[in-house]
Amino acid sequence: MTTITADQYGDHAHDHHDADHKPAFFQRWFMSTNHKDIGTLYLIFAIFAGVVGGAISGLMRVELAEPGIQYLQGWANIQHAMLGAEPASLDQAYHLWNALITAHGLIMVFFMVMPAIIGGFGNWFVPIMIGAPDMAFPRMNNISFWLLIPAFALLLGSAFVPGGTGYGAGTGWTVYAPLSTSGSAGPAVDMAILSLHIAGAGSILGAVNFITTILNMRAPGMTLHKMPLFVWSVLVTAFLLLLALPVLAAAITMLLTDRNFGTTFYDAAGGGDPELYQHLFWFFGHPEVYIMILPGFGIVSQIISTFSRKPVFGYLGMAYAMVAIGVVGFVVWAHHMFTTGMSVNVKMYFTAATMVIAVPTGIKIFSWIATIWGGSISFKTPMVWALGFIFLFTVGGVTGVVLANGGVDDVLHDTYYVVAHFHYVLSLGAVFGLFAGFYYWFPKMSGRMYNEFLGHLHFWVFFVGVNLLFFPMHFLGLSGMPRRYPDYPEAFAYWNKIASHGYEIMAVGVLIFFINIFWSLAAGKKAAGNPWGEGATTLEWTLSSPPPFHQFETLPVIDDAAHH
Amino acid sequence: MIQVKSLVLAGLLAFAPAMAMNGPAFAQDNATAAAPAAATVAAPADSAANAAAPAADAAPAAKVAAPPRMKPTEGIGMPKPGEITLQEQFTSTGHSARWLHDVMLLPLITLISVLVLVLMLYVMVRYRRSANPVPSKTSHNTFIEVIWTVVPVIILLVIAVPSIGLLADQYKPAPKDALTVKVTGYQWYWGYEYPDAGIPEYVSNMLTKEQAKAGGEPFQLAVDNRLILPAGRPVKLIITAADVIHSFAVPSLWVKMDAVPGRLNEKSFTIEKPGVYYGQCSELCGARHGFMPIAIEALPPEQFDQWVLSQGGSLKNGTAAPDAPMGPQQGSVLPAPPSDDVGNNAL
Repeated sequence: MTTITADQYGDHAHDHHDADHKPAFFQRWFMSTNHKDIGTLYLIFAIFAGVVGGAISGLMRVELAEPGIQYLQGWANIQHAMLGAEPASLDQAYHLWNALITAHGLIMVFFMVMPAIIGGFGNWFVPIMIGAPDMAFPRMNNISFWLLIPAFALLLGSAFVPGGTGYGAGTGWTVYAPLSTSGSAGPAVDMAILSLHIAGAGSILGAVNFITTILNMRAPGMTLHKMPLFVWSVLVTAFLLLLALPVLAAAITMLLTDRNFGTTFYDAAGGGDPELYQHLFWFFGHPEVYIMILPGFGIVSQIISTFSRKPVFGYLGMAYAMVAIGVVGFVVWAHHMFTTGMSVNVKMYFTAATMVIAVPTGIKIFSWIATIWGGSISFKTPMVWALGFIFLFTVGGVTGVVLANGGVDDVLHDTYYVVAHFHYVLSLGAVFGLFAGFYYWFPKMSGRMYNEFLGHLHFWVFFVGVNLLFFPMHFLGLSGMPRRYPDYPEAFAYWNKIASHGYEIMAVGVLIFFINIFWSLAAGKKAAGNPWGEGATTLEWTLSSPPPFHQFETLPVIDDAAHH
Repeated sequence: MIQVKSLVLAGLLAFAPAMAMNGPAFAQDNATAAAPAAATVAAPADSAANAAAPAADAAPAAKVAAPPRMKPTEGIGMPKPGEITLQEQFTSTGHSARWLHDVMLLPLITLISVLVLVLMLYVMVRYRRSANPVPSKTSHNTFIEVIWTVVPVIILLVIAVPSIGLLADQYKPAPKDALTVKVTGYQWYWGYEYPDAGIPEYVSNMLTKEQAKAGGEPFQLAVDNRLILPAGRPVKLIITAADVIHSFAVPSLWVKMDAVPGRLNEKSFTIEKPGVYYGQCSELCGARHGFMPIAIEALPPEQFDQWVLSQGGSLKNGTAAPDAPMGPQQGSVLPAPPSDDVGNNAL
């Protein structure tokens, strides 16, 4: 998309820095100020957290495969035995279920998708793509990452302290009051809240860093309207983080004081209101879903353009569609609360506003297809994942239009239809974006090519698995199955069984992914600076693979004539 | 507490002969189901005790017998095995909402998804490298960009008209003569009270697997004391909660309304046909969130009146139950008291 005047900057940097001494192990990885190393740390962390969160969903699918409680009691007994407590009662086993769904949601949102897509790929490639040597605040970058570790430890630790009926925080990732206040005695929910505080603080610092970097550190000639779309997506995301996370922090701080210091912000008996929490939470929560998906949009734009050997179609429309999604994303939050008893006018407004988001989203989908139109496509693994992303995100998006209708949501709200919807946009949207980005940049980050066959196999197995896993959930939701149930009436058995088989297939896909990573790191072919050929026009492909420890000590100059 | 509970049970047992007139089989079940429960009762919930307390005073039987417990119809008011559609609807808003989904939204989203799929398959085949080695450099086309912005806007406007109309319908205030019922969510059961008719709150708990099977009802949807409503008459539910947020949901009536402590939410509808309509709590409310189902029994109006009188309630036209004694919650119930081992029995 951007052409630069000379390739020698990369080569120059490479030559120069081969002589550079990288810091020793501890200093390099634990006191890092290098955006690429911090990005790598984020990616490793996210993969680890993703395995934990994915394993939890495996437990859930095993239990849900058939009606009745088969395993939950046993798991609760194990949990209790680890803590030296009495064997779990049935209610405590049910509480463990709630702790599992809570942990799955929080881990996947805060410790998998966000660290991978913003912390990982954002850190690695935003500075390089704008021609900067590093992030604006390298030390702050480091603390952003390291705050995740205590946050994750607190969340995992909360599973082993009392949280009401049983052990662990069983409030759902939304932590609604009063279940999370008067309804959950014990430190588990406090630990989960503190975990969100710390992870949120890290994200705010990261957002400040990205905004400053992108606004101040672009190479000469790299105007805002020449930035690659991935950088645009991270810029919009960073603003969303900066504006949304403080609201979450306020909301959960009031939860803490309600829990521990006798305040009644969310308690009607003391003049508060449980709905206030929901408004604050979703004022954060709705932008949060765009925080997770926007960088995926950016990644997909880069990949589609690269492998079609064409510039992105309608670049400005694409960039400002993301800005529009970000802005409108802040004024639609109460569609998550259609059944709370809001007035008819409020419900009409949120119905209409929510549907508006479909317009910029449609622009993006059609622009991707138009980018491919007339192109010369090579179906390398990242391209296949990006194509999968476009279709599956469309499917997830259109069910969003259904749910946006407040009158229809009255029956679909809090059913598996919603679960299907947000897994299509996140588990099949954001995660497909992540895998696409991972394969796209793996040669750049590691210096080795991944295995193309395993990459394709991973895609097809995963594609079949997740569709089998999540598509039947639409049927369950239409039929009325509520979310967050460890057990269900016989009538829901059929599609639940199918969904659990889907999980098994998906898990095989993930296994192939890990085999590919380890095989490629150990024995992959050495990657060229630009393994993708003429379609790859962004600055990272002008550097060696992996890039020098410090790149662009002499700033690249972006050609004025370059346009989209 | 336990004493109160035993009194209640004693009252109910004393009542069994009276019920036998209408439903001998159920009365038998009552007696046998209640007796062992009395032994295992650990700590009955306050509200349950309060609600049921009048029953104990009512040992002399009510003069009007409650109508027999209605059998559910397979596939009506409940999910069907392997179902891929919305449940059949029994309210007017349910019909219009289902129409909006089935006739407008579902075909539309299917069409859009298929359109995107077809376009993708076309470009993937037509512009693969072997078929098109030299890519074009086109990156703008204002006309087509305007088209794919304006067309979605028009589609959304088309959706918005019936959607907003549906919302307006759903919020139509209940007529003055609507029957008011107060619904309260508790951890983890429902309480129903009829302020208009003067029937005090009774509670509704999930039946165990064995009990549900015995009654020919779906397990995890069946409850002991159903919410009794008239079919064909407008009903206004006032929905609230006593502890944490619950959600009162009945898919076949297109009803889902959160029960929020400290708030009174209102939901009005008219059930078109007599029948049993099931639903489940739809807001995470703690350990037994999945085990506090809802069952509505919609009776023909005259039977409903009979039920009101049998409960010692009074009708709108001034008819009161003879001697106005307070009966048990329902004539035709399986009075399993709320106990901590409901869930255990469920297994």
